[in-house]
Amino acid sequence: MKATLVIRRGAPGEAPREETWQVPCEAGQSVLDALRWIRAHRDASLAIRYSCTNANTCKECMVRIDGKTVYACTARLHEAPMKVEPLPNKALLRDLVTEIAPPDERLGGA
Amino acid sequence: MYAAIEAARRGRKVILADRSLIGRGGATVMAQMTVAVGLEEDGLDDPAHHYADTLAAGRGLCDPAIARLLCEEGPARIREMDAWGVGWARENGAFKRAFAPGHDRPRCVYVDFLNTGPAVSKTLRTQLNRIPEIRRVGDLLVTALALRDGACVGATALHLSSGQPVSIAAGATIAATGGLTRMYRRNSASANMMGDGYALALAAGAELIDMEFVQFFPIGHLAPRLVGMDPIMWDPFRYKLGGRLLNGRREEFIDQYGSKDEGRYIVTRDVATYAILKEVEAGRGSPHGGAYLSFEHCSEAELRGAGGPVIDRLAENGIDLTRQAVEVAPIAHYHMGGVRVDAAMATRVPGLYAAGEAVGGANGANRLSGNAITEALVFGRVAGEAAAAHAARNAARADGAAFAAETERLRQGRGAVDFNPAAMVEQLQSTMQDDVGPFRTEAGLRRALEALRALRAELVAVKPAAGRAYDTMLADWHDLETMTRVGECVAAAALARTESRGAHQREDFPGMDEAWRVNQVLTLEGGALRIARRGVPQ
Ligand SMILES: Cc1cc2nc3c(=O)[nH]c(=O)nc-3n(C[C@H](O)[C@H](O)[C@H](O)COP(=O)(O)OP(=O)(O)OC[C@H]3O[C@@H](n4cnc5c(N)ncnc54)[C@H](O)[C@@H]3O)c2cc1C
Ligand code: FES
Repeated sequence: MKATLVIRRGAPGEAPREETWQVPCEAGQSVLDALRWIRAHRDASLAIRYSCTNANTCKECMVRIDGKTVYACTARLHEAPMKVEPLPNKALLRDLVTEIAPPDERLGGA
Repeated sequence: MYAAIEAARRGRKVILADRSLIGRGGATVMAQMTVAVGLEEDGLDDPAHHYADTLAAGRGLCDPAIARLLCEEGPARIREMDAWGVGWARENGAFKRAFAPGHDRPRCVYVDFLNTGPAVSKTLRTQLNRIPEIRRVGDLLVTALALRDGACVGATALHLSSGQPVSIAAGATIAATGGLTRMYRRNSASANMMGDGYALALAAGAELIDMEFVQFFPIGHLAPRLVGMDPIMWDPFRYKLGGRLLNGRREEFIDQYGSKDEGRYIVTRDVATYAILKEVEAGRGSPHGGAYLSFEHCSEAELRGAGGPVIDRLAENGIDLTRQAVEVAPIAHYHMGGVRVDAAMATRVPGLYAAGEAVGGANGANRLSGNAITEALVFGRVAGEAAAAHAARNAARADGAAFAAETERLRQGRGAVDFNPAAMVEQLQSTMQDDVGPFRTEAGLRRALEALRALRAELVAVKPAAGRAYDTMLADWHDLETMTRVGECVAAAALARTESRGAHQREDFPGMDEAWRVNQVLTLEGGALRIARRGVPQ
């Protein structure tokens, strides 16, 4: 099985661009698995944020998939193309990474 | 987190820096099982019994002072967590305590269902947030400790969100960075667990101890893909229901390795690990390179009784245990070794302390299940107390010189880099898994040391310069630099220890050797790793 991810990339101030990747996958795999595969096998510069990878406890991997806010590590891959974007309501840092920390846990914050 | 709370209680101002979100990036929030504690109030247990079991599991290598501290202070920390509302499971008013292997009686408290770590982490975060003296800063990756006249005076960090180097001046510094199991291809780790604290402390002049002892958990989840679960989750199922361990041909195999399985969970972790890996080597592994664990003989009601809501989470993952076996394999789970400290959690570098899994010595050659969360709380408190006292005598002084070299190093490097650090991480994980894994040989360890040194040499030419916001290439580069160094520590200590003890198993040196009842201590001298043997403290 192959999944197709259309990923919105770019840093603040840059024109956002869309990149399309084909990713080999098995049943049950997550979008995070696919994003990590892209980093290891295609383009390591893709910025993503995650820690726990499996446990769904860190809550750091939130992104927008096909217009819905989800955890990349629990969203399942499927064969129809999936559109992956950074969270729209948070400040963009790079690619799929946004500023998700509460303001009083940021450098220069409260 | 506990260290910060304690230092603030003692009147100090604290900066709690985490490379991830505060209290979310490490192992604590991921732990789903139990916490070991010798609660004496009902006369059924005592810290002394817990201590005896801890020493026995450590196979003669525990530092008694540190192990005793863990056991004696455990009850106070567990009761305090209770008062803070963590929600330990109770029965008739008393804490429910589970029986876990290696403990002589039921000793392990927990939060239902499989919610121990998230509850502990949340409780600590709530306490932290109430203390204005603690300044929490996430996305701050500490890359070096700052030194003046041989003492630690703070740290230099990379602010990931902006890509800028940051200097943190401090009267005292505590490394509470967790373990190193991400270095292995099969692990239960988060992305932040690759031994940063070991590398930082070593570079600052501290000693590391027992680095060769990495605990593997034999039946970590392998396939089908399962998310939202701790990969060591099959353990409680096995306690309750037994389960059958089968090879790729669906035959039982444990009995061929001198132990019995018989549908009951009696095989020890080392035998299970050995048997599974040997079956895979002989071409009799399951499709993903492990073994099958089957509960197909159990009824739906039995499974529901054992797993409760976990059965629903499995169903969400498309797994029905009455109809299919899952695949399991040994995974790297915990690291016994770490920064060498005294009973006040002080390293030999003035002003530098360690806490939690970053500390070595308490668990010797093998850790009892449940001891890790207890040590995180206890050592955190002790380190916070000692660091606060040190800081009261040695005020933080902004001293540019102590931070200049690291700041400059972070900024150096190339703007556009054309290498794949994520692929190099996979390569390193394979080296560690295959040659520095649960079973080791001289040839494999030498091969690993060479591979790690080659990777390290490759890194020099490709360092990305700091400056870009959320530059994952630079973070990976840093992680690789850490992992090649820490991997070298594990492999070198494993090569030197020509016996098998606890979690360190040499295929070419089977069996324990009394002459090896010593700790190995590592230091960095002129850039080269030194290993010395030290008698185990009495
Ligand atoms: C899946 C899993 C299940 C477990 N289950 C149990 C269990 O049931 N019972 C038990 O007793 N133990 C269990 N353990 C072990 C136990 O969870 C850990 O040993 C313990 O939580 C470690 O706590 P800690 O505070 O030392 O480190 P962690 O909780 O790992 O925290 C370390 C923190 O340091 C941060 N950090 C790391 N490097 C840097 C850096 N360079 N700069 C800034 N920040 C950094 C990380 O982001 C992280 O937040 C389990 C471990 C895992 C992985
Ligand atoms: S990676 Fe931790 S919640 Fe998704």
